[in-house]
Amino acid sequence: MGLMSQPIRRTEDGRFITGRGRYVDDVKMEGAAIGYALRSPYAHAKIMSIDVEAAKSAPGVIGIITGAELEAAGIGHLGAAFPASFLKNRDGTPRVDGDRALLTVDYVRYVGEPVAFVVAESLNAAKDAAEQILVDYEELPAVGLIDEALDPGAPLVWPQAPGNIALDWAQGDEAATDAAFDRAAHVTRIDLVNNRVVVNSMEPRGAFGTYDKVTGQYELYATSQGSHPIADTIAKRILRIPPERLRVITPDVGGGFGLKMSTFAEYPLVLIASEKFGMPVKWMSERTEAFQSDSHGRDLKSHAEMAFDAGGRILGYRIKTDFNLGAYGLGFGPGIQSVVPMFVVGGVYKVPVVYNHVRAVFTNTVPVEAYRGAGRPEAAYIIERIMDLAAREMGLSQDEIRLRNFIQSHEMPFRSYVGAVIDSGDFQRNLHDCLRQADWAGFPARRAEAEKRGKLRGRGLAYYIEKTAGGASAVVISFTPAGRVEVGVGTSAHGQGHETTFAAIVADKLGVPFDSIDLIQGDSIRAPWGGGTGGSRSLWNSGNGILKAADAVIDKGREVAAALMDTAQDAITFEEGAFRVHGTNQFLPLLEVAEAARAGSKLPPELKARLEKGLDSSGTHEEKGDTFPNGCHICELEIDPDTGKVSVISYDVVDDFGFVLNPLIVAGQVHGGVAQGIGQALLENCLYEPGTAQLLSGSFMDYTMPRADDLPSFGFTYNEILCTTNPLGIKGCGEAGTVGAAPAVMNAVLDALWDKGVREVDMPMTALRVWETLQRAAAKAAV
Amino acid sequence: MIDTVTVMFSVNGNDVSAAVEPRTLLVTFLREHLGLTGTHIGCDTSQCGACVVHLDGRSVKSCTMLAVQADGQAVTTIEGLGTPEKLHPMQAAFNENHGLQCGFCTPGMIMSAVDFAQGNPSPTPHEVREWLEGNICRCTGYHNIVASVEAGARAMAKA
Repeated sequence: MGLMSQPIRRTEDGRFITGRGRYVDDVKMEGAAIGYALRSPYAHAKIMSIDVEAAKSAPGVIGIITGAELEAAGIGHLGAAFPASFLKNRDGTPRVDGDRALLTVDYVRYVGEPVAFVVAESLNAAKDAAEQILVDYEELPAVGLIDEALDPGAPLVWPQAPGNIALDWAQGDEAATDAAFDRAAHVTRIDLVNNRVVVNSMEPRGAFGTYDKVTGQYELYATSQGSHPIADTIAKRILRIPPERLRVITPDVGGGFGLKMSTFAEYPLVLIASEKFGMPVKWMSERTEAFQSDSHGRDLKSHAEMAFDAGGRILGYRIKTDFNLGAYGLGFGPGIQSVVPMFVVGGVYKVPVVYNHVRAVFTNTVPVEAYRGAGRPEAAYIIERIMDLAAREMGLSQDEIRLRNFIQSHEMPFRSYVGAVIDSGDFQRNLHDCLRQADWAGFPARRAEAEKRGKLRGRGLAYYIEKTAGGASAVVISFTPAGRVEVGVGTSAHGQGHETTFAAIVADKLGVPFDSIDLIQGDSIRAPWGGGTGGSRSLWNSGNGILKAADAVIDKGREVAAALMDTAQDAITFEEGAFRVHGTNQFLPLLEVAEAARAGSKLPPELKARLEKGLDSSGTHEEKGDTFPNGCHICELEIDPDTGKVSVISYDVVDDFGFVLNPLIVAGQVHGGVAQGIGQALLENCLYEPGTAQLLSGSFMDYTMPRADDLPSFGFTYNEILCTTNPLGIKGCGEAGTVGAAPAVMNAVLDALWDKGVREVDMPMTALRVWETLQRAAAKAAV
Repeated sequence: MIDTVTVMFSVNGNDVSAAVEPRTLLVTFLREHLGLTGTHIGCDTSQCGACVVHLDGRSVKSCTMLAVQADGQAVTTIEGLGTPEKLHPMQAAFNENHGLQCGFCTPGMIMSAVDFAQGNPSPTPHEVREWLEGNICRCTGYHNIVASVEAGARAMAKA
């Protein structure tokens, strides 16, 4: 039996459980200095002057870098990942991203924007010196909230973006959608806030840079989800150097969740500082600093309308969303609510027509970029909340309204109105399985029992779908003289266990020992090019790429084995890790053939010349074809009406991820994803103060991270409905938990409060907000 | 010149003596002076628990005390708990139950769990969750951490 589909324990655990992991902050270099970013205390201000003279001579200070100096040196700026031509306004005009220098020169546009970079012998010395930098700010009016920014007459974050609109985008057919609403038997309307969250990977961001003045080489250790995109950005866009002069290394990374996809200012800054001051320079974010300077997630307001016929079947779907972009359109920011989720706005339903109008709004807040799911949890949240409400309004059960509208498995591949081609899936089966798993039918008895204890019990159901795949990350399989198999990949794990899962594929495919395989990742020079790890598609990229590269190894190996065993190639078969001569007992193990091919001395000259790199082979999975992870979530919870506290009692998931390579790791991904969804729905909230755009939730004291006693254990099962568009048959599992969780929890909260007269609930339903909501409902009922 | 004071204590069974700035946190001392980088820094408000070590066998957040406060006591870090060749039962339980993903919170989780399990050979999931309130994990949703601690506690009781 092969290793694929087995719950293999993780190879990488050995170093992490014994304290031998090596994260950026653990990298030591002789004579290294510490960098510290002085950040703006104002949300919006004009910088009149910056005086660094006193700070320069403070004890332990090596030097200070300012934005003016970088401009003079021709250092480039940060920017968005989407070309202007790819993502533009619905009227064809270009969107506005703003212009983000590494260190701002003239204006600060959010609290935490870096103004100067201090380099000193110690962190304390750098902080002490930073306090002596005199920045003369002329404070300007600021907007931090979407509504403030959209208010007529609101101060503008960018003069070239009137009304603070950075992007005005739409998908679908507005007229056809309006026509569908005209003939609707029922229309459900909902207004929803998707609260702003802070990513909070447990390892904050960090960077360690060196510059070798003899060779002119830059080297950067960074907390990233992929070294190559960061290397490309820094080399081409910021330092403007030939790419081969920069090596970016991603060591162990303590979680990413989308945050660590992007290039942040501090990464090139440590390289610039190292070159300027002649020593390695390290910068590590502190947690409070992370709250101010990390890109945030979500933060949107939507009005959605769904038109139904008399039978509860969807006729049309209309959405208007405004999302908070922050002060700059950076990285994937402008695309998160527009192009990223555009193929799943209709969920798992037959939605004949859609019009989805999305505006990105500038505010004086830190930029908003990718957070686990990146747009797809938001899309799932809107449609699963409105379906829940529609069921209540039309008197249908939560499962019935979905069953009436599901895309059926016999209709697949199904081309949806929004342009997605859903290759496979069985939504009905997953729904039924999840209802059974959660004992949906037994709920009334549990609710009655809870009522006796004075608790309000609710249940919520959500059926999510997301779209993944895409990008092309290369794989290289190579054989070392020491008999090891190196697998270079362009993806970059930061908790996903790729050292284990990828090795399982190689071991099965090539029949080499599992423990002879080394994964080479996160290195812009040593690993092949790739877009890194994000968007639940590393197995799609690297896993399918490994199959290709392994096939190439076997093809070359067959040729070499034929020569070594003096037979024809077509007499050779490859089985269980060895090349065998058909009909004989002659065979050669792959690793022996690889070594012979590498050494070359026993090969015919023509073959030796052709296989210059022995059996080493590369492969890239580039085939078109999206994947659609999907599944059913059911949440059951209890609310204490006296305190407002919400306790999640049980949480069930039935997923379809296609082929499941390692059930243990997949379950872990779902658990963690669900926890982030529950966290957003019940606990987490990033707040900027109205009027000043000051960050109010700036530490773990003010921002509620989900803790062990906030969460239940999870019931997780899956149906393996193979994806038909990639050889492994996988669909991707990394973000799925987060995509489904928030609507399931919020539907349960509404269910628990419905009989008390509550009709609207918005995230996060903290104890305070639940209590206030109940008080308001009671007051209304009393009138 | 910054004044220093001399501290003497044992770390993972080895005697350590060093001159430190009085304001040096224990976690900084372990990481920067001794190179014991298994103890992590995940926040600056003593919330996350990535820095948990043992002081005379009891778990403490090493970001919440000064190095000088450990004077004369025995400090155990994750590096002193077990080795890759000879894992502590709690370390083995985290591997067996997939109790970690990125690994950043893991040393603190394990050190905290060992202290808990010393007095609780067969804890309930609820007791584990209550105890771990001071350790934040962003990856696992705690499900497998709770399973790990339950299994680790049982294994410690048998060992």
